[in-house]
Amino acid sequence: MSRIAGVFAALRDQGRQALIPFVTAGDPEPSATLPLMHAMVAAGADIIELGVPFSDPMADGPVIQRASERALQHHVSLRDVIGLVRRFREINDRTPVVLMGYLNPLEIMGYEAFAEAAAAAGVDGVLTVDIPPEEGERFVPVMKAQGIDPIFLLAPTSNRARIERITAAASGFVYYVSLKGVTGAANLSLDSVRDKVAEIRACTDLPVGVGFGIKDAQTAAAMAGFADAVVVGSALVSRIEANPRDMATATGEITAMLAEMRAAMDRGK
Amino acid sequence: MQNNEIRLTDLPDEHGHFGPYGGIFVAETLMEPLDELRIAYERYLQDPEFLAELDADLQHYVGRPSPIYHAERLSRELGGAQIYLKREDLNHTGAHKINNTVGQALLAKRMGKTRIIAETGAGQHGVASATVAARLGLECVVYMGEVDVARQEANVYRMRLLGAEVRSVSSGSKTLKDALNEAMRDWVTNVDNTFYIIGTVAGPHPYPAMVRDFQAVIGREARAQIQTMTGRLPDALVACVGGGSNAIGLFYPFLDDSDVTIYGVEAAGDGIETGHHAAPLCAGKPGVLHGNRTYLMEDSDGQIIETHSISAGLDYPGVGPEHAWLKDSGRANYVAITDDEALAAFHRLTRTEGIIPALESSHAIAQALKLAPTMRPDQTLLVNLSGRGDKDMHTVAAREGLKI
Repeated sequence: MSRIAGVFAALRDQGRQALIPFVTAGDPEPSATLPLMHAMVAAGADIIELGVPFSDPMADGPVIQRASERALQHHVSLRDVIGLVRRFREINDRTPVVLMGYLNPLEIMGYEAFAEAAAAAGVDGVLTVDIPPEEGERFVPVMKAQGIDPIFLLAPTSNRARIERITAAASGFVYYVSLKGVTGAANLSLDSVRDKVAEIRACTDLPVGVGFGIKDAQTAAAMAGFADAVVVGSALVSRIEANPRDMATATGEITAMLAEMRAAMDRGK
Repeated sequence: MQNNEIRLTDLPDEHGHFGPYGGIFVAETLMEPLDELRIAYERYLQDPEFLAELDADLQHYVGRPSPIYHAERLSRELGGAQIYLKREDLNHTGAHKINNTVGQALLAKRMGKTRIIAETGAGQHGVASATVAARLGLECVVYMGEVDVARQEANVYRMRLLGAEVRSVSSGSKTLKDALNEAMRDWVTNVDNTFYIIGTVAGPHPYPAMVRDFQAVIGREARAQIQTMTGRLPDALVACVGGGSNAIGLFYPFLDDSDVTIYGVEAAGDGIETGHHAAPLCAGKPGVLHGNRTYLMEDSDGQIIETHSISAGLDYPGVGPEHAWLKDSGRANYVAITDDEALAAFHRLTRTEGIIPALESSHAIAQALKLAPTMRPDQTLLVNLSGRGDKDMHTVAAREGLKI
């Protein structure tokens, strides 16, 4: 069983949901990320989403755009991010790591070269924002051949036919984008998310994660009422931005927020 | 030609692919809206009522057909091929951009969208979008990089006069590519009521095909006009290529005419060898950006790199996917012209023919200046004069140390 499947199976047995923090690798500088990953696991993270910096992050709001810009000032590359995961695995062999980013760095590295290097380093999944299954006919089998789960987005605009097509291509889990907008937006509607997650569940047995626009413990707990995983990104990354020269404070604020979300999600269980 | 051979004019395929290029590389939220757009575009491009309305607008509002003009004095000086100019500079708003915005705005109206958004570099597409929005009573927001807002003040003011809101984009390199990113972010957020008018033949399917189809009026007219004037097809076509919409508009109706040589002219900026240029077809490699696979200016990590051209309209790190395929298939030749060569051509056309070309179009003129002397006087060269140079007065004057 893959690490991702193992985590979801264990949580299901406990009646709990996964908490998935997102941070951009190399933000605000390369040495900050590894200690932050370990700290997030200690604070209750079940899976880590590691952002691969890209010059043109079209699906991201301003907070994660600026995180990418900070990392790129240090020329953090896809190979550097894979290297970070390898070092993370020296200490932690159980927490799944999903790389999240855009297609072009993978295109340039080559799908096969990427998949081999990422699998060898201990990467568990890859979420490439701008490759729908229609364009993934070569991409998906190359990832799966190395045991890397291709994780796809579903959106409020995805109709039934698309949900079926995407869940057929995906493995690990599917990621429901909870709103029409970019990461970190503010127009979240709980009821419509609940309805759509139910529609997705009718098409697949894969775990369903929900993300985009989850800012606090209360929202995270509400989402955990019907989803299998809650992804939080901009709310955490904004702590790094608020403490540009003080990673200790940023890490403290991030882990406090995660611990609060974890507690709220587990309350009454 | 064998039956199983795919004709270039039949592309893209149903998934928006031109060979390995094009396609749809966007976040899931936009897949359904793009499909809705594709269906509407396919339907209305077969709809006689829509086409009649489009034709009427192109005639009475844009001022089509634009003439072709025999640049006799310039041709005589060069002592080679006869140079003919397709006068897109005479269109309403001063460039070819309006052909596309008129078409997309009519489509937006048919689809019941009440708000349009656009990205712009030099401001020409922004002005053309604001213009049609004003006429149709649609709300209009134009995204423009902070750097471009500063260097194209006059166009920013024009857009505001026309009632558009110009939003300055301060992320990334603060130029056209970042304006496009921001427009995509707006679209993903306001997808229910908003139509995104992309200004060039790039972006996810169906944009490259749709923008080409709206711009192909240039080549259809020119193909008939030049035959009336000279009795035959031209020997070569020349057009500048940023994203490549004016070029594909001229080239497309000639793709099956294998005797017509095609030249697309990219911006070599300070020179290809300096790295300061905007010539992905001549010096870049394939990748994925802004919804399509195409040639890009990128580093070895796959990050998009900043471009340079004296002409803001060519200052873009990608290029339309159809051009990428025309390059690989060998149907078209892509060359590059430096800032200095473009400026020299700008002055030469102005002094010789009394026509002030846009700096973008000056790149095409510069290539014609090189080609014509290598050809015979009974041969013809058809150059797309895609825009007029009024917007570039400040840039040209500044290069000469003048402030106007």
